[in-house]
Amino acid sequence: MSKSILEDQTGMPLEANMASNKIIARHIFKDYRTKKKEVRALQDINIEIQDNEFVCIVGPSGCGKSTLLKILAGLDFPTAGEILLNGKTIVGPGEDRGMVFQSYTLFPWMTVEENIKFGLKLRKISAGEIQKIVDSYLKKIHLEEFRKSYPKELSGGMKQRVAIARALANSPEVLLMDEPFGALDPHTKEQMQLLLREIWEVEKPTIVFITHDIDEAIFLANKVYVMSTNPGEIAEEEGIYLPFRREVEMKDSQQFIRLRKKINRILYSDDMTAN
Amino acid sequence: MHKVFKIRGKISKKLYLLIGISSFLLIILLWTIVTGLGLVEPMFLPSPLKVTENFVETVQNGQLLNNAGISIYRIVMGFLLAVIFGVPIGILVGTFKAVEAFIRPLCEFIRYMPVPAFVPLVMVWSGIGEGAKIIIVFLGTFFQLVLMIADDAMSVPDDLLNSSYTLGAKRWTAIRKVLLPSMAPRMMETLRMTIGWAWTYLVVAELVASSSGLGYSILKAQRFFQTEAIFVGILTIGVIGLITDRLFALLIKVMFPWDERNG
Ligand SMILES: Nc1ncnc2c1ncn2[C@@H]1O[C@H](COP(=O)(O)OP(=O)(O)OP(=O)(O)O)[C@@H](O)[C@H]1O
Ligand SMILES: [Mg+2]
Repeated sequence: MSKSILEDQTGMPLEANMASNKIIARHIFKDYRTKKKEVRALQDINIEIQDNEFVCIVGPSGCGKSTLLKILAGLDFPTAGEILLNGKTIVGPGEDRGMVFQSYTLFPWMTVEENIKFGLKLRKISAGEIQKIVDSYLKKIHLEEFRKSYPKELSGGMKQRVAIARALANSPEVLLMDEPFGALDPHTKEQMQLLLREIWEVEKPTIVFITHDIDEAIFLANKVYVMSTNPGEIAEEEGIYLPFRREVEMKDSQQFIRLRKKINRILYSDDMTAN
Repeated sequence: MHKVFKIRGKISKKLYLLIGISSFLLIILLWTIVTGLGLVEPMFLPSPLKVTENFVETVQNGQLLNNAGISIYRIVMGFLLAVIFGVPIGILVGTFKAVEAFIRPLCEFIRYMPVPAFVPLVMVWSGIGEGAKIIIVFLGTFFQLVLMIADDAMSVPDDLLNSSYTLGAKRWTAIRKVLLPSMAPRMMETLRMTIGWAWTYLVVAELVASSSGLGYSILKAQRFFQTEAIFVGILTIGVIGLITDRLFALLIKVMFPWDERNG
């Protein structure tokens, strides 16, 4: 991890400086065969995700975002194409790719603390070490007082914070996030974005984050892939040259507005040509 | 009143209990009036008092407790057997498609065969000893149990299992640490329901092939036109069922404080 590059305050996109590819996907196709017809969910997807990069994938509903993320997680497999993680083909799910889902997936029979411990306890780590990691994440997500609470006692935003902590505590190579804030109200959503970005600015985990919210993508990412639908394709790759330390006010900056317009145009150009 | 009859409106626990008890009292009251006024022949409907007398008498001479004891023993044995085999098989059916393909069609087929029709067959196989009754209870509950437990296992959300994989769980860990605890509350509800059905099958067996048990006591009472003893037998089964159900409910509440449905 070369710190000097990461703390570059000019906000140069990381790929400009770094050569280490964490994930490479080449010519990914995914067809779903149902009884009536064949659906092409993904067509010729090529993406590269560098170490410590925060990548967002935006696209309209049904363009295949979840499908792509599931393939990266190893929970589903492409019809054709190749995906490499650290140069090795992905053959299934594993602890090197943590995931946060849109639906709430905390284990309801475990307390907040036990949920965060789940992955750690599957590995050979001493109890004391585990507790230290868990405590540090409880602090980061501001839920120390809820360590003994069950998920049913938490709000939606709190649940997703625990889910993020649970995934990060396992120190995965990549954190995959599928519209994790999609079900939250706008205010909670903004707080969650700040928290996530803050965590990233400190720890720099590699993140692939899916959303259909353009603002969310620009605010969080260093690089945004824009997807178009029918079939699901990467329409554009957009470097985000905002300052490293993100603040909510940036959403009103000229640069942000320009990016928002540009991505909007790419996303909805199909509609316009259709009219 | 306005609030009480609001659609899906809530009422206090106390009021709920009160209304619940009042329905029992109402029935007993009607029963007392009808028999007290002599509107029905005592042979068809004995008075509550006569039934109580018979109850006290059979408790005192030990017959009732004896019969209840033997019936409970048969239920417990038959049900335990069904649970010991049915639960693991059900979990496998709900977890692996190949096991499902092997077991489900068979279970679906057998569960449509009326269990009472098996009673003669079971008697041919194992006589009228204790084994026969236990086998009937087993046959009555096992196939249903397998299918219901399979549904419980299938109700565990995919994303819960997927989460565990992305946290490093392998197949066996996912089953042990996610599938089982996740389905446990539903499974207990399933057991709570099936043990109720077990009583039906036991009484069928005891009516046909037994010389002890509550079912037998009912049959014997009918032979001697002791309608009040029939009432005692049926009511005793009802009360035991109610107690079992409440125990299960309590157990579920204590075991799964984390469950969403567990207020
Ligand atoms: N298991 C499946 N079987 C058949 N078709 C599927 C399956 N999963 C997804 N699809 C199809 O693939 C396409 C992409 O689905 P996907 O869930 O990846 O979209 P998405 O971009 O995540 O949408 P959203 O933003 O609504 O979550 C859709 O047309 C969907 O109908
Ligand atoms: Mg999706």
